[in-house]
Amino acid sequence: MTALDCNRPREAAAKARLATRSGEHGLAWLAVSPALLLLVGLLFGPVAAVVLFSLTDWQLGSFTFHFIGIANFRALFADPTFWKALTNTLVYVAIVVPGTVLLGLVVALLIETSPGLRGFYRAAHFLPVMSTMSAMAIVWGTMLHPTIGLVNRALGVMGISGVNWLRDERTALLALALIGIWQGFGFAMVLFVSGLKAVPQQLYDAAAVDGADGVLDRLRFVTLPMLGPVTMFVVILTAKRSFEVFDSVRVLTQGGPNYASEVLLHRLYTESFDFLHMGYGAALTVVYLAVIVLLTLTQARLLERRVHYS
Amino acid sequence: MISRFSDRRFAGRVARHAILLLTAAFALLPFVWMVSLSLKPPQEIFQADFRLWPTAFHGGENYRIALTAAPMFSFLLNGVLVCAAIFALQLLVCIPCAYALAKLRFRGRDTLFSAVLVGLLLPPQALAIPHFVMLNVFGFLDTYAALILPWAISTFGIFLLRQFFRSIPDEIIHAARLDGLGEFEIIWRIMIPMTAPALAAFGIFSVVAHWNDLFWPLIAVRRAEISTPALGILLFRDDEAGQFLGPLMAGAVIIVAPLLLAFLIAQRRFIDGLAVTTMK
Repeated sequence: MTALDCNRPREAAAKARLATRSGEHGLAWLAVSPALLLLVGLLFGPVAAVVLFSLTDWQLGSFTFHFIGIANFRALFADPTFWKALTNTLVYVAIVVPGTVLLGLVVALLIETSPGLRGFYRAAHFLPVMSTMSAMAIVWGTMLHPTIGLVNRALGVMGISGVNWLRDERTALLALALIGIWQGFGFAMVLFVSGLKAVPQQLYDAAAVDGADGVLDRLRFVTLPMLGPVTMFVVILTAKRSFEVFDSVRVLTQGGPNYASEVLLHRLYTESFDFLHMGYGAALTVVYLAVIVLLTLTQARLLERRVHYS
Repeated sequence: MISRFSDRRFAGRVARHAILLLTAAFALLPFVWMVSLSLKPPQEIFQADFRLWPTAFHGGENYRIALTAAPMFSFLLNGVLVCAAIFALQLLVCIPCAYALAKLRFRGRDTLFSAVLVGLLLPPQALAIPHFVMLNVFGFLDTYAALILPWAISTFGIFLLRQFFRSIPDEIIHAARLDGLGEFEIIWRIMIPMTAPALAAFGIFSVVAHWNDLFWPLIAVRRAEISTPALGILLFRDDEAGQFLGPLMAGAVIIVAPLLLAFLIAQRRFIDGLAVTTMK
């Protein structure tokens, strides 16, 4: 330990000498300069601009603007549509996250228990992840069609009369959540499978020695506890993706009927780019940004912990 | 005893397939439905009883309408062009930066890396308003540039490639320098070949994201001629010809097929590329 510590400064000094000799500093700055410029011009500059916009009454195309303090935020928080969009987004997340994670976990466990048809199942469940959502949302729209749709035809066979899923205030958000689960659970499955592969065989052997050799015992005492970190990761990833729900809403309901399926990102889009209320849109963006950043930080914290303990 | 055990194993296996076939059916149903409808004439779509395969095959007609009523091929071509341009730009910007962060020593390196990590936090949708305003100022709205330029920098790409570049031993680089290779030659002849799988993974991540993206093209362009696939199919639906379900479903098949076929050909690559890179 001490020997290593003694060596380190000498090694570093040698590296630094090498660095100056080969002109590393100048070269390095040359190499990072395009990235640095774009980082400022396309990411950090714009974020600062959004915050600035949110404090002004600027409209697209106008040459003047005034700072109006937090008036945009006050308008936002006084707007019942915003609260409706926020609640709907939370409800959507609250349905899609457990649905996706549970379904993904069950499928991953079943796929990994034996090799039969494993390749087929993996590909079949992953297909929705790869597919273009706007096109598949159009397809879902026809499947949920009140008369010719597959869903109501199937219900009809069972003697149940279905509703107009996407035009009914009670079911529109639910139908979108179903589509969200459909698209995401294959991805959760793949993440769980890689988590399962990382469970060491010795743990199962040890559990068997201790008398836990039934399928359910192994699941309860070894597999599920070992999947804890992956599960947290999948939960947060799915939550982030669910907060970003937009395509299906835009294609199928446009937030309707009567704002029953309005969500944050779609609100952001409509206010900013349909109505060109840039100040209001920017305020909404700041709120959206705060939610996503908070989620991502939680995810980073969890990942860090996993790295430390594994 | 043995027979009871194997009975239970058999039952378990049957249950496994029963459940997985059910969930696979849930995953595949929209694709089957889409293809089925794309082959049917209108009256059969509205018929009371449902058949998977059409009694009167109308596929040729539906696909012909989809291809002629909307510039379907140019949607695909635009998708290829835009995705390729975005990925090429990202590589051009990310690779030197990631190499410098991983292997070169310079003042400000840690600060720059922290900036990249902060950049990872930002959802692209939150940048839409300023990007829109900038493109408007430069007169780039409704052009290919509007679809490509905002994505020129990928903090995810920089982060991912830096991790992979770091895993290459310093000795290799020192040896290359002793042999007289310059830094850019080292990147081109050593780093890129040695991290090809990581570059492929990043490529898949980038292409899948931008091929399927609807949010940004919806903001950036209006003209059908430069629309990417995800926006194109929406324009087709809102068009006159898209009111007919057969051609509309044929259009949807054409839009989703390229990526799905690529996936089926190189499954492992795609799954690893998308799943494993998110956990890095």
